[in-house]
Amino acid sequence: MSRATSSLSRSIAAHAILIAYTVIALFPVVVIVINSFKSRNAIFRAPLQIPTQETFSLIGYKTVIEQGNFFIYFQNSLIVTVVSIALVLVFGAMAAFALSEYRFRGNTLMGLYLALGIMIPIRLGTVSILELMVASGLVDTLTALILVYTAQGLPLAVFILSEFMKQVSDDLKNAGRIDGLSEYRIFFRLVLPLVRPAMATVAVFTMIPIWNDLWFPLILAPSEATKTVTLGAQMFIGQYVTNWNAVLAALSLAILPVLVLYFFFSRQLIRGITAGAVK
Amino acid sequence: MTNTPAKSRPVRWHIAVFLMPAVLIYTAVMILPLFGTMQLSLFRVENNLSTFVGLDNFRTLFGDPNWSVNFWNALRNNVWFFIVHMVVQNPIGVVLAALLSHPKLRFSTFYRTAIFIPTILSFVIVGFAWKLILSPLWGIAPNMLDAVGLKSLFAPWLGQEQYALTTLSLISVWQFIGIPMMLIYAALLSIPDEIIEAAECDGITGVAQFWKIKLPLILPSIGIISILTFVGNFNAFDLIYTTQGALAGPNYSTDILGTFMFRTFFGFQLQVGDRNMGATVASVMFFIILAGVCLYLFGIQRRLRRYQF
Repeated sequence: MSRATSSLSRSIAAHAILIAYTVIALFPVVVIVINSFKSRNAIFRAPLQIPTQETFSLIGYKTVIEQGNFFIYFQNSLIVTVVSIALVLVFGAMAAFALSEYRFRGNTLMGLYLALGIMIPIRLGTVSILELMVASGLVDTLTALILVYTAQGLPLAVFILSEFMKQVSDDLKNAGRIDGLSEYRIFFRLVLPLVRPAMATVAVFTMIPIWNDLWFPLILAPSEATKTVTLGAQMFIGQYVTNWNAVLAALSLAILPVLVLYFFFSRQLIRGITAGAVK
Repeated sequence: MTNTPAKSRPVRWHIAVFLMPAVLIYTAVMILPLFGTMQLSLFRVENNLSTFVGLDNFRTLFGDPNWSVNFWNALRNNVWFFIVHMVVQNPIGVVLAALLSHPKLRFSTFYRTAIFIPTILSFVIVGFAWKLILSPLWGIAPNMLDAVGLKSLFAPWLGQEQYALTTLSLISVWQFIGIPMMLIYAALLSIPDEIIEAAECDGITGVAQFWKIKLPLILPSIGIISILTFVGNFNAFDLIYTTQGALAGPNYSTDILGTFMFRTFFGFQLQVGDRNMGATVASVMFFIILAGVCLYLFGIQRRLRRYQF
């Protein structure tokens, strides 16, 4: 009896702490989003109220859409993120397959070489990366960003994918070889479909830092035509800092796509983190 | 099929083909620039000519008052930034994970998903959102403190030299708490049931079980989190740049190595950008991070292994 009450009170305490922290985690996001739908007066008078009929206003969103090139920024972010992820996945999986499937001289060394980039941030090479991009005429192009993000994403992708590829059954691959499939076909037809869940995990891991990065867009592609959403929002907010409606609307617009994607992929992401950490 | 690759095979070109694209991009865009940056740090431009100066740039950075004041300030701030993360972020992450991993807890997926949301947002959103909330103009923070009778505690934290860095560190903690929480959560789930049952048979339950059984078993994960935090913190830039600008105000009190490197390389306002000194700062950051990673790999991780099954 006393044990049951103590476990009940313990579980109430656990929920209380978790709810309290959930409120802390969500509060700023909620405040930004609800205020973005309010008129300027209401934002200041009652910041914590949800918009009512009188205080509802889309003026901020109107300013953002009229003044900013958010559609272009959004398109740029989408192109950069999607192409980088595709390259990371294809090239990463190919390298992971070579490392996990074949025994050759320098295999371990190659693995270590590629793993270096997991710990060493690519940012530290910025000075030379900028020179490289200037020399090859890629400054202010999306290609520059795609190249950098592909290089940044590859080490972790190779590491995770080769762990998974080691688990693909040898019998299956050997059966394919006996049937006369080339090594390329074995990779693309047999192995790739089997590691698809791992690829999804890598995709989500790769996507978040690329979409949110401010450093490289600021340095390599700051022109109006190549700005990403993150940089665009940063600059827009810097310019309109006194127009609270516009700032709040811009922030909400920047939050929205990430949040939608997160709800679609959160299971993959969380499974990926938990699976990776168990090892 | 036996595993005898002994018969002499022709060159296996497909291995090269599989490796080529990844290795090429990785080498050209990541490894070579890293070395290129370190090489640049050994040169200086004099009379429009790049001349080799050995370690002179480092001597300037550490010793010349024009540079060293800012450098040591940024390094000190960065260390404080890291300490706040270690002291606040990781313990809270462990507590949340321990609560979440309780097998009979309901709504745990909801909590997990919600608490992880700040981690996926960009620094720009996080930085501005908190800047607005803490702003004395808008008044959300002072009003909320007022509601609990603590209004006197309010100060424009981001604008005052003595509070700004700690405030920013806490904002960053708020953003990244999801990562330690998830990793520890995963580690706690992977503890075999038999061990927990054995502990229960011996009468070790609840909090004592956590300290005596679970915590030693998740130490390797805490090690991984510490090194991830270390690398992330000594490479941080975006949050400070978003909230305080490249000058990392007020009066450089929030300047960390990332913002210092940015200003050194590109210049800002009156300061002229210096490629070689920028590369020097980047090299110092590289060695700091490398030292941290090596310390972890060779010092801490090996010792922690002993606790594993």
